[in-house]
Amino acid sequence: MTEAPSTSPAAARVRNLTKTYGTGQALVRALDDVSLDLLAGEFTAVMGPSGSGKSTLMHCCAALDRADSGSVFIGDQDLTRLKDKALTTLRRDQIGFVFQSFNLVPTLTAEENIKLPMSIAGRRPDGGWYDSVIDTVGLRDRLSHKPSELSGGQQQRVAVARALASRPRIVFADEPTGNLDSRSGAEVLELLRRSVDDHGQTVVMVTHDPVAASYTDRVVFLADGRVVDELREPTRERVLDVMNRMAEQTAS
Amino acid sequence: MIRAALKSLLGRKVRLLLSTFAIVLGVAFVAGSLIFSDTLNRSFTALFASTVGDVVVRPENAGTGDGAPSTVTIPASVVADLAEVPGAARADGNVVSFGVFVVGKDGKVVSGFGPPAIGGSWSDAPAGHGLEGLAIVTGRAPEGPDEVVLDSRTVSRAGYHLGEKVTIIPSTTLATERRSDGPVDVKPLTPRLVGFVGFPSGGSLNGATYAAFDTPTAQDLFLGGKDEFNDIWVTAEAGVSQGELRDEVEKVLPDGLEAITGDDAADESASQLMKAVSFLTTFLLIFAGISLVVGAFLIVNTFSILVAQRSRELALLRALGASRRQVTWSVQLEAFVLGVVGSTLGLGFGVLLALGIRALFSNFGLDLSGQPLIFAPRTFIASYAVGIVVTMAAAWMPARRTARIAPVQALRDDVALPEATLRRRLVAGILLVLAGLGVLYLGLFSDLPHGGWQTGGGILAILLGVAAASPVIARPFLLVTRATYARVFGSVGNLAGQNALRNPRRTAATASALMIGLALACTMAIVGDSAKASVDKSIEDNFVGDYVVSNVIGTGFTPAIGNQMARIEGVDRVVRERFAGAERDGDRLPVAAVDPADVPSLQLEVTDGDPGGLGSDRVLLQRSWAEDEGLGVGDEITVEMPAGERTYAVGGVFEDNPVVLTPVLLSLDDYAAAGFPESDNALIVFTDDRRGIRLQLDDVVADLPIVTVKDQAEFAQEQREPIDQFVLMIFALLGLALVIAVLGIVNTLALSVIERTREVGLLRAIGLSRRQLRVMIRLESVVIALLGALLGVGLGIGFGIALMYAVRDQGLEVISVPTGQLVVFLLLSVVIGVLAAVFPARRAARLDVLQAIATE
Repeated sequence: MTEAPSTSPAAARVRNLTKTYGTGQALVRALDDVSLDLLAGEFTAVMGPSGSGKSTLMHCCAALDRADSGSVFIGDQDLTRLKDKALTTLRRDQIGFVFQSFNLVPTLTAEENIKLPMSIAGRRPDGGWYDSVIDTVGLRDRLSHKPSELSGGQQQRVAVARALASRPRIVFADEPTGNLDSRSGAEVLELLRRSVDDHGQTVVMVTHDPVAASYTDRVVFLADGRVVDELREPTRERVLDVMNRMAEQTAS
Repeated sequence: MIRAALKSLLGRKVRLLLSTFAIVLGVAFVAGSLIFSDTLNRSFTALFASTVGDVVVRPENAGTGDGAPSTVTIPASVVADLAEVPGAARADGNVVSFGVFVVGKDGKVVSGFGPPAIGGSWSDAPAGHGLEGLAIVTGRAPEGPDEVVLDSRTVSRAGYHLGEKVTIIPSTTLATERRSDGPVDVKPLTPRLVGFVGFPSGGSLNGATYAAFDTPTAQDLFLGGKDEFNDIWVTAEAGVSQGELRDEVEKVLPDGLEAITGDDAADESASQLMKAVSFLTTFLLIFAGISLVVGAFLIVNTFSILVAQRSRELALLRALGASRRQVTWSVQLEAFVLGVVGSTLGLGFGVLLALGIRALFSNFGLDLSGQPLIFAPRTFIASYAVGIVVTMAAAWMPARRTARIAPVQALRDDVALPEATLRRRLVAGILLVLAGLGVLYLGLFSDLPHGGWQTGGGILAILLGVAAASPVIARPFLLVTRATYARVFGSVGNLAGQNALRNPRRTAATASALMIGLALACTMAIVGDSAKASVDKSIEDNFVGDYVVSNVIGTGFTPAIGNQMARIEGVDRVVRERFAGAERDGDRLPVAAVDPADVPSLQLEVTDGDPGGLGSDRVLLQRSWAEDEGLGVGDEITVEMPAGERTYAVGGVFEDNPVVLTPVLLSLDDYAAAGFPESDNALIVFTDDRRGIRLQLDDVVADLPIVTVKDQAEFAQEQREPIDQFVLMIFALLGLALVIAVLGIVNTLALSVIERTREVGLLRAIGLSRRQLRVMIRLESVVIALLGALLGVGLGIGFGIALMYAVRDQGLEVISVPTGQLVVFLLLSVVIGVLAAVFPARRAARLDVLQAIATE
């Protein structure tokens, strides 16, 4: 377990998180006593082979799933102690999401999709911030389009804009480039990077892709439900190195 | 392919069950009404078989006059002659009268007013074919004027015991107690109960009451004391057939009498009764039709959604080499299996329904509990044919659409079924509506013989046309609701409005089911309300006198009541009205009779001829009927009366009014001469309004629960009641159509939720609370319901006004739209929407967010 030296306060803290599936012989430890700080204003990638627990970790942090034991703090709130209603409010107000696919509500226009979390909460978007988000995403001329009239990359950019628009404490992205070609993927990653650099947004991204990971400030590697390694200022090559090392360890 | 189709059926049991419900209900109505009418048929035939002798001798035309016995009688001497006929074992004269009411210990008339209240002479003559007829099962036969026997069921319903005095109200009076100016004693008879009669062979009287006296007493009571009979049973010797005996009897028969075999007489009586209750089976079949039409919408919708959801799977089958036909037929096969299952369940429920109707009938006094239900092969054939054909026909369109799925779509992520443009639907819908309007017009305003069919067909065509065009018609409404929802409920409202707009076909088809039910309910509401308003208006305009003495279905009562009321100080005049059914050219023709001297008091508006044109073979005709028949003053009219054919001259034509409702008005003398019994059906009492006169009038009928004294308001109330009951009964049945519609909404929403699982997950993930999610689905449901309600109420108002407009010259001149009731319908639809959303909303709210997002 590696504790990162931190300069800024943590946006989310994970403490001794454990989650298992199944029983007896079929028991799978998706998360095995994981502790981790996700620092505010940082772009963090979570990597690991399939079944390493990276998605479970993100789902638990994002108030979508419950762990068996341990706790998750978003700011000062312990998610594991909250009821469904409070979790819903927390997701709405403090967390932004970008999924791999099917990110938008098909009946709503791009603009309505972006504003959806706020309008569900009954809040009006902050005008200046909203404008700067739209500019950042570069979709001002597409706002009145329905998702079916947008390309995959554009849809994912709308999804990022939606995640950013409500100024959440933390944005979770689950393989946001998984369904995109490399150019569209690069655009989306640029966008997330800029939101961290320009606006101090905290972003956590689960990915398989070393290239995607190279856009981040920090890469956390998971294997068998444990944090096994970590890189700061990753490059594609360094990430590949770690991945290969992990693969050898598993093989041996 | 077949296996694939069946597998997919099993995988969607619950959803399919919901859509089967309508088929089940429709088939249940079909099966129930067929089983019940077969049972009724058998039961009536069986019942009457033991109520006739081998050969029945009766006055000619005794079959007319609503089956009530004619006052034309047979002299006792004929009985003796017939007993001597070769082949005859014996001959027995019978006295029979209807309207002989038994009053129970609770002071109420036993049996109500449905089945006949029979009175007559006791005889131990065997029924035809040596069957045991009615026999004394307890006690002994009646002897003398103070003894009576009753059928066992009436005894138990009335609460009497052997040896007690029972109260009986005949519609005539004992001849021996008459004074010179007519009968005066309105006291009920109170003979002693000396025996119970019943069918030892297990038959039942089907709820009729039967009171029998010895022959002289019956003759005194019902035949004015003459030694005569209403009919004669001739019993055959062993080995002599009914036909042979009848031929022998006919040889010696005096003029004016006829002889028929017992079998024929039983059939005749049974078919008369069947005719009287056939409205019920017609009624049930109409509702079976409504249920199936509504159900068809549900099936179309369900299959459309299922096919859409499975389009990827179907595309895969195509990619794997299945032909278009195979894919299409796999869907049709599912529909077939569904039809079989639905029909089978429907048959089962049909049996329950038939049992239910039987129980309901026994409540009204028509007791059929002794009769087993009859399952004719046609019941099975009709049930399965209807269920399977409707299901497969409804699934045909969605099934055909599967053929358009290209195999390559199996490889795509988002498969959308190719949708034809809505323009074709709109054009087809408009054409259908226009055709429907044309047919409806023909049905309502032309003189075609089967106007009912055209009216029904026109309404059906318009409903289907509007349903077909509804995705287009509904669009403005859906846009407006979306905007309103967005304003009132914010983004949740916007989402709900958008969802309803997403697939206008689905929304509109779901709403159409509700539309049909509500359109018919509204039509009925308007018809009922207009009928009541018309009754009120015409009573207000035409009510004459101060009080009416009658009962709601016009059963006859003893003239003694009128006589006694006329003696009360302060009563200026008592107008008697009598009515009965005669026949003209084979059709039933109701006739009424009053004393010609009373015509001025009735304030009949005689517009042609003159009010004095009544009496001595001269009659007055009702305006609307006279016009239909092309009859006028000076013409002659020939009518089949119990006493034979009579020809009358038309002395005048009176305007339609609620005092005399029959087409033909006779004088009391002509009425009696035509062979109708001497009993009044209504009295109109004119008084000087002195205090306490009402009490005195009430006092006269205090012992006679079959009639009541009413002032104008009470009379109007009494006349409105049957309309209310009728409308309520129809509402109850239409309620079933609404249940189907609600299930349709549930089904559509539930399927939509499944279809949008991922979207629901996404909404939940970005912060939509469970409550908001439920609100969203509820709002979508309410849009559908409101759309159906608006279309339905709109169409219903149109149909209702058209119907009432068409019959405005038949005494229903007021067209009244019950606005309050229609508003209630609209509010009800909102409730329906909310209720229909309960299950799908709960289901959506329970979805696990993570799993929902991960759903393909």
